[in-house]
Amino acid sequence: MSLAALLTIVTGAAVTALLSLSGIVIGVPLGLLLALVRWARLSFLNAFVTVFVSLVRSTPIVTLVLFVFFVLPTLGLEVDPVPAAVATLAVNTSAFNCEIWRGALMDFPREQRDAARAFGMTRAMTFWRIVFPQVWRRSLPALVNEMTTLLKATPAVAVIGIVEVTRAASRIGAATYDPLPPFAVATVLYTLVVLIFVQGQRRVERHMAIKYGYQT
Amino acid sequence: MNGVLIVWEQRQLFVNGLLNTISLVTVAAAVAILFGALFAVPLVNGGKVARRAGRGVVDFFRSVPFLLLAYIVYYGLPTVGLRLPAWWAGLLTLILYNSAYMAEIFRSAWLNLPQEQTETGRAFGFAGMGLYRWIIFPQVALASAPVVGNQLIIMIKDTAFLMIITVPEITFAANFVNANYFVPFAPFALAVLLYWGLCVLVELGVHRVGAAAAARRHA
Repeated sequence: MSLAALLTIVTGAAVTALLSLSGIVIGVPLGLLLALVRWARLSFLNAFVTVFVSLVRSTPIVTLVLFVFFVLPTLGLEVDPVPAAVATLAVNTSAFNCEIWRGALMDFPREQRDAARAFGMTRAMTFWRIVFPQVWRRSLPALVNEMTTLLKATPAVAVIGIVEVTRAASRIGAATYDPLPPFAVATVLYTLVVLIFVQGQRRVERHMAIKYGYQT
Repeated sequence: MNGVLIVWEQRQLFVNGLLNTISLVTVAAAVAILFGALFAVPLVNGGKVARRAGRGVVDFFRSVPFLLLAYIVYYGLPTVGLRLPAWWAGLLTLILYNSAYMAEIFRSAWLNLPQEQTETGRAFGFAGMGLYRWIIFPQVALASAPVVGNQLIIMIKDTAFLMIITVPEITFAANFVNANYFVPFAPFALAVLLYWGLCVLVELGVHRVGAAAAARRHA
């Protein structure tokens, strides 16, 4: 395998990492927003979010990205592959993140909220000062789990023509008639990126244990 | 409306896709659960070397993306002389990938079992296969049912990757209809609904197993 081929795969890995990262950056807050809609029990929106989350959670990313890429243009919204991929990953992960945030919100002790209200805090203030600082620490391990899942599902966007790591590897394999070396390189790169994520999670958890004095 | 009509005309494609998805998941799940259970034994009871090697294998499969594994099986294995048709390559990929996950699921359920039951089983003269067959495996099976259900749902969704190696499953059918008739909404919406239905079925199944487990505990 030539140096150029190696560079192609490394670039593909960078594309994969960037796409996943963009999906995460949009999907985590979006998930929180969805969870808040369900937590606040806004009647109409609540039902909508419930169905949305259930549908998205059971749709494969391959199917979802094809849906986004081909259906949006029929509604008059032309999308390039990269924005379509980022939107798909963000929507997908937001549905899973919604359930994670919601779980933490549901378990939040009622007394604390009542106490905050008794001190005259508004609902928004209660959320930002009391609820959120505890809920995000509680949700973090599950959120990072979901991030690694998303990272591993990102190759699905190859189906709309994005040259991410697996597609780069399979192209080189097809050109050289020797597919195993590029696949091996891609596997090693992938494992490295996932390891970095998991290590990052461990560090953050240790840091939180020191800073807040308890394991969340 | 046009799209719905075309999908109706091409319904055989979707029926075949659905059957392929179901058959792949069913066969792969049955084999992966069996292999996972067998593989969990050395992960829990093996010596230090066996445990470490087992963990290495499990961790490897857990950090490789499914599509990359499918590529390795479908495009990579022919270079070492093993050429599989797409469906079989897909099945092999599903089995390899999920056996590792199942082993990990069973291992963690097993380690969380109360030790007393196994001790009591030993005291009553259960040993070797009998101990596994009557005491350990039934408890592991009930305790891990919800997580196995989750894994089944992940398997259903992973089959969509297999359209990339040309397995004619649900998403392949939807994409085929869209590519030939340029009506994206109806075929992909149908695909989403089919996956949703399959996932709901699995969730109902898990719910029933959970109810049975609860009834057993309170019996």
